[in-house]
Amino acid sequence: MIELAFQEKFSKWRVDDARVPAACGLSGLISQDGRAVGGEVIVESMRILRERGNGLGGGYAGYGIYPEHKDYYAMHIMFEDFQGKKVCEELMEANLEIEMGEEIPYRLVEGICDVPLLWRYYALPRPERLEGDGLQADDFMVKLVMDINTTVPGTFVFSSGKNMGVFKAVGSADTVGEFYELENYTGYTWIGHDRFPTNTPGWWGGAHPFNILDWSVVHNGEISSYGINKRYLEMFGYECTLLTDTEVVAYLLDLLIRKHGLPLDIACLVLASPFWKDIDSLGDQTEEDLEKSLRIVYGSALLNGPFAFIVGYSRGMVGLNDRVKLRPLVAATKDECLYVSSEESAIRQICRNPDRVWAPPAGHPVIGKLKGDV
Amino acid sequence: MQGSLIPNEFVVDVDHQRCRRCKRCILNCGFGVFDFQSMTTADSSKCVACHRCVMFCPEDAITITRNPLAFKEHSSWGIDSRKAIWKQAESSGMILTGMGTDLPWLNVFDHLLIDACQVTNPSIDPLREPMELRTYLGRKPDKVEIEVDDKGKPRAVNSVENNIKLETPIIFSGMSYGSVSLNTHRALAIAAQRLGTVMNTGEGGLHRELYPYKDNIIVQCASGRFGVHSEYLNAGVAVEIKIGQGAKPGIGGHLPGEKIGLEVSGTRMIPVGTDALSPAPHHDIYSIEDLRQLIYALKEATGYKPVSVKIATVHNVAAIASGIARAGADIIYLDGFRGGTGASPAVIRDHVGIPMEIALAVVDSRLRQEGIRNWVSIIAAGGIRSSADVAKAIALGADAVGVGTAALIALGCRLCQKCYTGNCSWGIATQRPELVDRLDPDWGAERLVNLINSWSLELKEILGALGINAIESLRGNRERLRALGLDSTVMEILEVKPAGV
Ligand code: SF4
Ligand code: SF4
Repeated sequence: MIELAFQEKFSKWRVDDARVPAACGLSGLISQDGRAVGGEVIVESMRILRERGNGLGGGYAGYGIYPEHKDYYAMHIMFEDFQGKKVCEELMEANLEIEMGEEIPYRLVEGICDVPLLWRYYALPRPERLEGDGLQADDFMVKLVMDINTTVPGTFVFSSGKNMGVFKAVGSADTVGEFYELENYTGYTWIGHDRFPTNTPGWWGGAHPFNILDWSVVHNGEISSYGINKRYLEMFGYECTLLTDTEVVAYLLDLLIRKHGLPLDIACLVLASPFWKDIDSLGDQTEEDLEKSLRIVYGSALLNGPFAFIVGYSRGMVGLNDRVKLRPLVAATKDECLYVSSEESAIRQICRNPDRVWAPPAGHPVIGKLKGDV
Repeated sequence: MQGSLIPNEFVVDVDHQRCRRCKRCILNCGFGVFDFQSMTTADSSKCVACHRCVMFCPEDAITITRNPLAFKEHSSWGIDSRKAIWKQAESSGMILTGMGTDLPWLNVFDHLLIDACQVTNPSIDPLREPMELRTYLGRKPDKVEIEVDDKGKPRAVNSVENNIKLETPIIFSGMSYGSVSLNTHRALAIAAQRLGTVMNTGEGGLHRELYPYKDNIIVQCASGRFGVHSEYLNAGVAVEIKIGQGAKPGIGGHLPGEKIGLEVSGTRMIPVGTDALSPAPHHDIYSIEDLRQLIYALKEATGYKPVSVKIATVHNVAAIASGIARAGADIIYLDGFRGGTGASPAVIRDHVGIPMEIALAVVDSRLRQEGIRNWVSIIAAGGIRSSADVAKAIALGADAVGVGTAALIALGCRLCQKCYTGNCSWGIATQRPELVDRLDPDWGAERLVNLINSWSLELKEILGALGINAIESLRGNRERLRALGLDSTVMEILEVKPAGV
């Protein structure tokens, strides 16, 4: 019997440990004045970064793409089969008022195969369920998404924010863009990712971006502090069940910003905290107290190891490097548009003459914020 | 009357061709082994293998060997079992001993391996890049509240001011003045100050001469309340309530009257020559509510300095630790069953309690399950022998570790386990002035600083290999540990995967 218990545990570890070290290409843009940009633009930028991926995962997130459903949570879900879809829809019906459900449009392109069922639903939590659970709508949705992803077989919710959506697949980023017909969408923020996993889980859900509600993350690198970041998040009810360490970035942002109310730039001080020697020599007592408190309280949320990531959310976009800059990240501006990418070439591909191009220093976030409403 | 039936443990041999009769060995031996009658003689029955004579003989004339006397082999009745029975048949008492258990129990640390980076994530060179070991001990709020002033400048509202800053996650464990000498305390205090860490006073109060080291001292308040007064409680950065000690969980302490000289008596606030008896429980703590009262009484007495609660790691340690966190403690000090002692009945030292590694893992996990890990810092102690043990303890979930035995070994201790006799030849576990004098506090402090600096360097090297540059990214990061040769139940309890997975 003991033998068996061990086997069970073993298989759990296998899944858990399949987090894949990956080197990748990233690109992101935001038009801070809310001007709509076609999806083909980010696809074009990612095409240049093809060298950085190996065709085993690519994806995008666009914000502002569902204006006619903008008050609903847009749930993008992949199903392995109709059985999972049925179970999932029953669970959703019990918890959500679904405004509409439809297949996500796609075209067949070379290099993309084994397509799962791809559906999207615009939905809101049932008020009586919210009251029953005593949760805010956002918390309710996080819990529901985690429930579906951990309990419904062959089913994976890969995005769940409002007026945004994630599109991802096993394939290179440019083909993934064509597959999802991204030229038919416009948004004010786009982020993209091409992946170079060092093994091949061949799972669509494993591609980037990772999303939880409003937050979408594309990530290049490996989070060596994953073990403690995960255990820290578990204290707050987040379950890290995916095949990658990238999800901790999304969950940490959700925790720090949405639940703990930290401003974005301060949350970045948690994720890539300054060195003590720099904190000690700030010379401004208020700043020193703040940064010291953040490190002391949120030490377990520090992301350590080589990374560059770009995060999209409804109000903006942020690019961030680890505290010693072990992965590339370049930024540029042109008028109201901010670009962040692994390589300058990927920016110049879609913006010939930027006003300014720079390499953000280690641990310094590059933040683009939406001005006004869209 | 017949003499003892117990053969000598060691044989002391003086090479009379080399000996130049300087009598240094006679002066140096705390146990009275040597004598001089026309030539240097040795009474092997008194030798404890503390090596003092060997280190100080100018002619290398002394050899100490294990007594080669043959015993009839018996796999159930080891030699030590037979000796213990002879001893008790002669004495009618408990067998006393010092230091941590010397039985070959499984050492979990020796079955844990640390990860390193290759290719997909770069390792970091600690000689070129900053590598941070700074650690803060104490209660932390669950989140930082931010307030923005009219100029748009953010400010942290809730403070972490009373956390204790350590430049390295290693502190000196409590060893009481009385059980160890004042010079030992002096060496520890000087070293703690130079290292930017803290020493713990142990339960015997703090000699006034060491009050200037208050920024680097944790004062202890144990069941005997020795030397506890309001000035003492404020003579450190934190107060520790000692409930138990790893080497002797559930039992009190007994410092014999011979060790209570004028200085110890003044510091402990008991008459010269009386036995200092620490009761097994605190007589005002019979449940967790009582502990809470004492925690808050001490906070009131100290202007709300952090309060640490030290417990021996016993079977139900996770639930106990959770109770302690909820009772208001800021630090939980887990003292494992391998922890040292000045004096303990051997039966308790060798058979009561559980390993710190396991206790630490279950306490850290339990506090996380309950969402209260931020409320307390965990100090793990009792068996930390090297920087590898420090790294593994931190990866299992400790905020910092306490070292006692390792510090004494740095001061010369040979682990002869005779601390309870008060004859320590190294001037550590003794109050005999001529022995105490031979431990120079500055010399000792330098050795302690060297030791902890070496470990800190090694820790930085380990962090660099792991591809991380701050100790908080190792803390509780069991993902970076693998087990080799532990059974599946222990791995499950530790939440550490087997090597190869
Ligand atoms: S210390 Fe050495 S040389 Fe001196 S008396 Fe003893 S054995 Fe002889
Ligand atoms: S402190 Fe002294 S008496 Fe105790 S074990 Fe060490 S050397 Fe022996």
